[in-house]
Amino acid sequence: MALANVLQSESVDFSNYGRKCRGFSSSLYETELGLESVGGDNLSFAVRTACSDGDGPERKIQFLHGTTTLAFKFQHGVIVAVDSRATAGAYIASQTVKKVIEINPYLLGTMAGGAADCSFWERLLARQCRVYELRNKERISVAAASKLLANMVYQYKGMGLSMGTMVCGWDKTGPGLYYVDSEGNRVCGDLFAVGSGSMYAYGIVDSGLKQKDLTVEEACDLGCRAIYQATYRDAYSGGQVNLYHVHSEGWNRVSQSDVLMLHQQYQAEKA
Amino acid sequence: MFVTQVYGDNGKMKEYHYTGPVEHRFSPYSFNGGTVLAVAGEDFAIVASDTRLSEGYSIHSRDSPKCYKLTDTTVIGCSGFHGDCLTLTKIIDARLKMYKHSNNKCMTSGAIAAMLSTILYGRRFFPYYVYNIIGGLDEEGKGAVYSFDPVGSYQRDTYKAGGSASAMLQPLLDNQIGFKNMEGVQHLPLSQEKAVQLVKDVFISAAERDVYTGDALRICIVTKDGIKEETVPLRKD
Repeated sequence: MALANVLQSESVDFSNYGRKCRGFSSSLYETELGLESVGGDNLSFAVRTACSDGDGPERKIQFLHGTTTLAFKFQHGVIVAVDSRATAGAYIASQTVKKVIEINPYLLGTMAGGAADCSFWERLLARQCRVYELRNKERISVAAASKLLANMVYQYKGMGLSMGTMVCGWDKTGPGLYYVDSEGNRVCGDLFAVGSGSMYAYGIVDSGLKQKDLTVEEACDLGCRAIYQATYRDAYSGGQVNLYHVHSEGWNRVSQSDVLMLHQQYQAEKA
Repeated sequence: MFVTQVYGDNGKMKEYHYTGPVEHRFSPYSFNGGTVLAVAGEDFAIVASDTRLSEGYSIHSRDSPKCYKLTDTTVIGCSGFHGDCLTLTKIIDARLKMYKHSNNKCMTSGAIAAMLSTILYGRRFFPYYVYNIIGGLDEEGKGAVYSFDPVGSYQRDTYKAGGSASAMLQPLLDNQIGFKNMEGVQHLPLSQEKAVQLVKDVFISAAERDVYTGDALRICIVTKDGIKEETVPLRKD
């Protein structure tokens, strides 16, 4: 499998353990940043050890969990906005997670679902994009990059990967935005919000995108607002709002704002 | 020692009377407790861990520190399942040697962190049940802390607590080192002496309230002059 091939050259082959011992599910909470791993779970990967409190305290392995990420196309490119909270069960493991992965200077990937799954596969995608560039002497298109990612994770369909990511960039055909997930979905679109807080974010962006000609500043503000509202209502989202803008020359990081500061700012504006 | 697990009905409250046939299954994991903490300063890094090794209601050892020295500038703290901690540190040591032989230089803290991420992810479908925290100096000589989850997701922090008492320690560190939830306070940079004292106080608190933490505290202080170790006794109950 791709995973074993990639790692084999660099380390001892442990892939056999994974295949033989998949039966020991060990009650892993999926490393979910807000995305449920649905379907194909006939392998009891998510089995809970019910009586773990019985003979002395057996602890469950807990991965990182809960998110809101969104991206939308507009006249001047793509806006990508994410929160920065990661939870492990009910514990907030971190408020400063970087959920936007910089694949290369003109491609961004967002992280929702398993933190390790997203960062590993997108890092691998960065490597594949670079190889493409070296072989073909031109930048990879957003469609091709998202296809590479989708095909890589499709091989692991049903094995419990949890990844819901948006590949955003600018190529020859203009701004590009694809949603790719571990179920095998790969969809092109103008607006996506992923994660436990996505519904709240959709509400804000849908109402703000009525006007067709947003300026860069208005679009950034809309993205920021949407994530803020999602963190306000979703317990699993919070921390800071990281905002990126992808344009013809590449991407740049617009801002990083603490949600508490935004709250005070918006309250002051209301008054 | 393996632990048997009893499957009752998922989601229902545990019943104390025998209700029917139960299935016991072998679990390859067990939880050996322990807490690890790392703090990064301007030109130093501290990695501290308690030394208690427990399982269920028993203590296997009072002198089993969870910090392992990797290079002259990096220390790793591993807590969780002790078997996986041992194997993981052996693998990291081997990879460090391989790197040293191939590249004729020691791995930097950042490189070790990236490598550990892929090592952990390689076992994505049968994870190392280990919560790792790496503390060390980066290439510029500044303190660096990298915290991991069991399957390899990682990020660089200024301070992080991991292991059984992490949920108790992390808020205290947020307040004292991160100056969170305090208003009108001057943000003074953390000195090495203050950091060491804070770590000791924080572990004393953890030993009071977490059954898996106690016995002794091992502190490793990483500076450009090398790694200094200090041992402080904690509650043994």
